Amino acid sequence: MKIVVPVKLVPDLVEELLIDESGTALDTTWLSLILSEFDDHAIEQAILLKERDGAQVTVVVPDVEGADDVLFTAAAKGADRLIRLVGPFEPTVNNHALARAFAPVVRELQPDLVLTGVQAHSDLDGPVGPQLAGLLGLPYVGYVAGVRVQGDRCLVRKEHPGALLAEMEVALPAVLGIQAAEEPPRYVAFSKIRQAMKTAAIEEWPVDELDPSGGPAVRRLFQPEVGERATMLEGDVDEIATRLVGILEELGVLA
Amino acid sequence: MHQEIYVLVEHLRGQVAEISYVMLAAAQELARGTGGPVVALLLGHDAQALAQDLAADRVLYVDHPALAEFTPDAYQRVLADLMERKPPRALLLGETSVGADVAGRLSAQLGLPLVGYCRTLRADDGTLTFVSQICGGRLMAEGELPAPTALVTMIPGGFKPEQGRSPHPPEVIPEPAPSLEGLRITLKQYIEPEEEDVDIAKAPILVAVGRGIQNQDNLPLAEALAEALGGVVCASRPVVDQGWLPTTRLVGKSGKRVRPKVYLALGISGAPEHVQGITDSEVIIAVNTDPAAPIFDVAQYGAAVDLFDLVPVLTEKVRQARSAPALAAA
Amino acid sequence: MAVTIVSPRPSFSEAFYASLQEVADGERIRTCLQCGTCSGVCPFGYLMDFPPSRMIAALRARMFDRVLKTDTVWMCVSCYACTQVCPSKIPLTAGLMARTKEEMVLAGHVPTELQDALEKTLHYGNPLGESPRKRADWALGLDPPVPILRQVRRPVDVLWFVGDYASYHPRVQRVSRALVRVLNALGVDFGILGPEEQSDGDSLRLAGERGLFERLAEKNGRAFRRYTFREIITTDPHAYNALKNAYPELGIAYPVRHYTQFLAERLDQLRPLLKRELKARVTFHDPCYLGRVNGVYEEPRALLEAIPGVTLVEMSHNRSTSLCCGGGGGGMWLDGFQWEKARVRLSEWRVREAVAIKADILAVACPYEPPRFEDAIKMVEGASRLVVKDIAELLAEAMEEA
Repeated sequence: MKIVVPVKLVPDLVEELLIDESGTALDTTWLSLILSEFDDHAIEQAILLKERDGAQVTVVVPDVEGADDVLFTAAAKGADRLIRLVGPFEPTVNNHALARAFAPVVRELQPDLVLTGVQAHSDLDGPVGPQLAGLLGLPYVGYVAGVRVQGDRCLVRKEHPGALLAEMEVALPAVLGIQAAEEPPRYVAFSKIRQAMKTAAIEEWPVDELDPSGGPAVRRLFQPEVGERATMLEGDVDEIATRLVGILEELGVLA
Repeated sequence: MHQEIYVLVEHLRGQVAEISYVMLAAAQELARGTGGPVVALLLGHDAQALAQDLAADRVLYVDHPALAEFTPDAYQRVLADLMERKPPRALLLGETSVGADVAGRLSAQLGLPLVGYCRTLRADDGTLTFVSQICGGRLMAEGELPAPTALVTMIPGGFKPEQGRSPHPPEVIPEPAPSLEGLRITLKQYIEPEEEDVDIAKAPILVAVGRGIQNQDNLPLAEALAEALGGVVCASRPVVDQGWLPTTRLVGKSGKRVRPKVYLALGISGAPEHVQGITDSEVIIAVNTDPAAPIFDVAQYGAAVDLFDLVPVLTEKVRQARSAPALAAA
Repeated sequence: MAVTIVSPRPSFSEAFYASLQEVADGERIRTCLQCGTCSGVCPFGYLMDFPPSRMIAALRARMFDRVLKTDTVWMCVSCYACTQVCPSKIPLTAGLMARTKEEMVLAGHVPTELQDALEKTLHYGNPLGESPRKRADWALGLDPPVPILRQVRRPVDVLWFVGDYASYHPRVQRVSRALVRVLNALGVDFGILGPEEQSDGDSLRLAGERGLFERLAEKNGRAFRRYTFREIITTDPHAYNALKNAYPELGIAYPVRHYTQFLAERLDQLRPLLKRELKARVTFHDPCYLGRVNGVYEEPRALLEAIPGVTLVEMSHNRSTSLCCGGGGGGMWLDGFQWEKARVRLSEWRVREAVAIKADILAVACPYEPPRFEDAIKMVEGASRLVVKDIAELLAEAMEEA
């Protein structure tokens, strides 16, 4: 079985997000990137399938800062092939461009399964997985929390709200948007990552042009008003309770 | 220029999801700008009854056994067919396990632009504007809704669901389904969540108790509030250590990271070990008699009052607000 | 927690045994008398399936793989009590326990909370997952400003290695600011690395992540080499231990002292500045890595006794028998795991001892302790009056105008 895991790096929210002078994009000089959390789960799910059923796992990542660390860590966990897409990738490349960059790679590798994170917090133009599936003409199921491969099809557990699970049968090859791997992403000792840095080979695949069309044009990027401290509600208990109910209603929690 | 605003109605096991009503409210706002009708898209089997309180000008209803429950392949084929034959100005879908499965695929397949994590849509003097919330709520992106046809996946918060509900059933027009032979995704079964303990990491509303709750006998106070809100009780370390709640309810460094819409912290001081588990919350509301408690540095709203005075009153008011009759659509 | 997948071949025991010989004095493991004192003195020994002496027995019986199938090695807080009492002077903590934890880490079998701390350290240079750019933010607004070497670019007498918790944890940042006041009052010419500083990694080393420790050391070593200074001081006994005992084998060797040693040397200059009386019964908790591991007992006490009004009292366990607070060897990030097994916290035992001798103030000199002991105080009956202060905080308070 062949599994391809296209992943991406997204702004690290531990660091402050700064908006550039144009006011329409993130300032990339101070931008710190980190592997998207759900993509980490996708890698873990792929390795679990490899351990359980035997598979060749290929991880593909665009050429941005931190790409190599992601690949070596994946290798230390058990990934077989590491591919870095080399092209004019900005740290804030959109998913339409990424999906178009991933598509020819997947076509060439001809996997049975493509696993990718169901979403990332920076997906202003929608997640990568469904778009990749659309370009390849493959079926797509997202919010997947469990995968069992059975020959030319797989059985997935899809999470709906309220912890309701829908078990769906999907014909392979298919693209799955992983919400949670069946086990939390494993720990890999740094000495193993170091070892991978010395022994694992990263294949560089060129991407000549990026096509981000389909993503919305941003007129203004801004940070929501954030107070330093809580807005303290005053008055007696009755007044405060009434105010809280109002706040909860505005949040849509009391429908 | 297209004028229609389509809304994909999301339903599971005979229940229309709340996001559908939020989207209908959003659609009404857009329709003010385009002049066009709000058209709800209902895909299902023997499911006409689900249309009855949709605040739409009309409902296009596609009936087929393969659409009885949501599966991505069937929905995607129907929508692709419809979008090609009758393209609207915009199609609104939920940023959910239903909408997000098909939106991106439609975008790639039909070459239509897609706006994600959209919270607000506005019609300002003829231009249609979107505002999306990304990066864990830390960034807002605003722009013009791409023309001539845009796909939008929506998150709740920008519109009140009551505005998407109508006391008068809309006109339901049957719409033919394209061929649904050879579907590559089929639903085998639903699996109910087990009766074991709730996963607080998935709960949208959390009522958290700390040392301020003082002893186990006071827990029912918090539980009543949680129940009124439709939420779950969780706790900081001291409460779990005493055994008043199981460790599955622990929030913080040694416990779980949670990401609820609302985190109501009762009698919690806000030590870093606890706070690091709640920073993904959308809104934190804190109640603590000590106005200098560090929890007020991370909460959006606070009240320096005694939780034993506030909680019963709040619980009652929440119950009243919930049982009030739904507001009529405008 | 999951069970380790280890092939049950006797040769694993042999390979492990051989690896232990490579630790300093590791060959002494051959002279284990199986007296069991180590297991007896271990604070959590009674909860381990294989406390230290039984681990050695399993090793000798070529059944060490069984040890790795249990997870109770994570109850070890690296407090050195066992190493200290061992009649054969076997390096139990740094050798046996650390190597066993290394095997667990290599197999990927790490309790979740610890895994999180390790991954954050790899990514951000500190286990709290805070931005490295903000490592010196605790010093913002201080007047005179704390010299950050990258900015001031001049030689200093003293490089102060601040450490993770002292940089980022709100409670411990107060200790850092207090030390600044003391150093300034003494006219010490010091500087800090700020964002260039990485975690000392000593607790991670003892928790089995040798690879990560070495990487952090390399980075710190490179930062040290950029600047000119005469000595390093630190507020963190774990950093002190790393810099003094573990870094030299990696080629990074500088004179290093714990801040209490540095200040004790300057007592004659410091004493007249301690004007404000602090009338209190003060007891000093010897941190494992300052006291038992590195033999520094008297200097902290000398500093406390120099504060007017202080009555120094000793808990029943003190100096080399001091009770560990439970934070070492990864314990700082194993609270959930250890609590599940023990239902008692070492920090609470220690607080009870302080309460028993009617101490008003529990004086500490390690950054893990203020949060740990303050949490414990909330849980121990009769402890609500007890206050936790780092020696630096007490000195700074005593320096204030009355």
